[in-house]
Amino acid sequence: MSDHNTQDSEHGGHEHHVVQPAVYYKVFAALMVALVATCWAAAYDLGPLNTIIAMIIAVAKAALIVLFFMHIKFSSKLAKVFAVAALFWLSLLFALSLQDYFTRAQMQLPKM
Amino acid sequence: MASETEVLDYEVEAEEEHEHLPFLHHHFDDISQQRESTTLCMWLFLATEAMMFGGLFFAYSLYRWMYGAAYVVGSKHLNILLGSINTLVLLVSSLTMAMAVYNAATQSAVPDPNVVRRKRRLLVSLLWSTWILGAMFIGIKGVEWTTDYREGLVPAVRWNFYDNPQHVEEDHLAESGVHPDQVKMYFVLYFSMTGLHAIHMIVGLILVGVFIRLSARGQFANGNDQPVEIMGLYWHFVDIIWVFLFPLLYLIGGFTMNRMHL
Repeated sequence: MSDHNTQDSEHGGHEHHVVQPAVYYKVFAALMVALVATCWAAAYDLGPLNTIIAMIIAVAKAALIVLFFMHIKFSSKLAKVFAVAALFWLSLLFALSLQDYFTRAQMQLPKM
Repeated sequence: MASETEVLDYEVEAEEEHEHLPFLHHHFDDISQQRESTTLCMWLFLATEAMMFGGLFFAYSLYRWMYGAAYVVGSKHLNILLGSINTLVLLVSSLTMAMAVYNAATQSAVPDPNVVRRKRRLLVSLLWSTWILGAMFIGIKGVEWTTDYREGLVPAVRWNFYDNPQHVEEDHLAESGVHPDQVKMYFVLYFSMTGLHAIHMIVGLILVGVFIRLSARGQFANGNDQPVEIMGLYWHFVDIIWVFLFPLLYLIGGFTMNRMHL
């Protein structure tokens, strides 16, 4: 038992924690505020800012869900790496594909 | 974090006698190793899920960059009230799921049979609440899709909305230089994204349904609560997808009273 514990901490392991309901209620309240905020912000025409605000709020909501509802805040370092890896691969998908589409016009041959 | 979390004694005891735990698979040293592996496996699966949805989100971004004005026209045909209610429904279902995970994890923490019974009942009713909220979401989505079908806004199935010249005029297509096919592209992405999400919701409902039965039988008692947590991860992931779909699909046309279709 004690051997396993030492081993665990050396490898960045952790004891299993149970997140308390009070944390869930607070996160839920924050999510409700964010939902109202995103609808309220969309009621005003701010041009391109609308999308930026909506995405900032959506990312904040997703972060709250991942950190607390999905326990990543209390998980091992390796589990955190797995969650970040998902984001990293998504950013590769977006960055490499978009740079293709965004630069196609520049790559065209000059017109005769 | 000490106030927010607690380490359960029975798990420490369980680890000491891990050879007696029926749910500890033989290829793991102990329960904490099994827990860690299972959690990592689920996050790996969720990463592949994120990539699958990522392809659709990328297509959405690309065509929005190309035909932004058409997206606004298409978005105005969605019912923003039903979309907001559905977001609320899913966020509440995530809370009930999180509370179900809590009750599963603590149901055997106190060796009092009354507490165990109360916690198990709570677990079952929280899973039922989650299931009902999930079914409500699918029901509301069904109402929205039926309306789209009646109006002729479903590409490849029933797309004749702009056959009516009055609709072309009402949507100011000529003034904004939007071709009906560009609006069609918005709806292709709308149905692909909400459709793939709905498939995930239906899978989630089947999972929650199975877990309701197993919970009632006491399957997740005595430290075997991790399956509930893993299933919860899936449910929360599907919720996160909707958190992004809602502003990207519904809110780009602005939030106004006449878009509530009351």
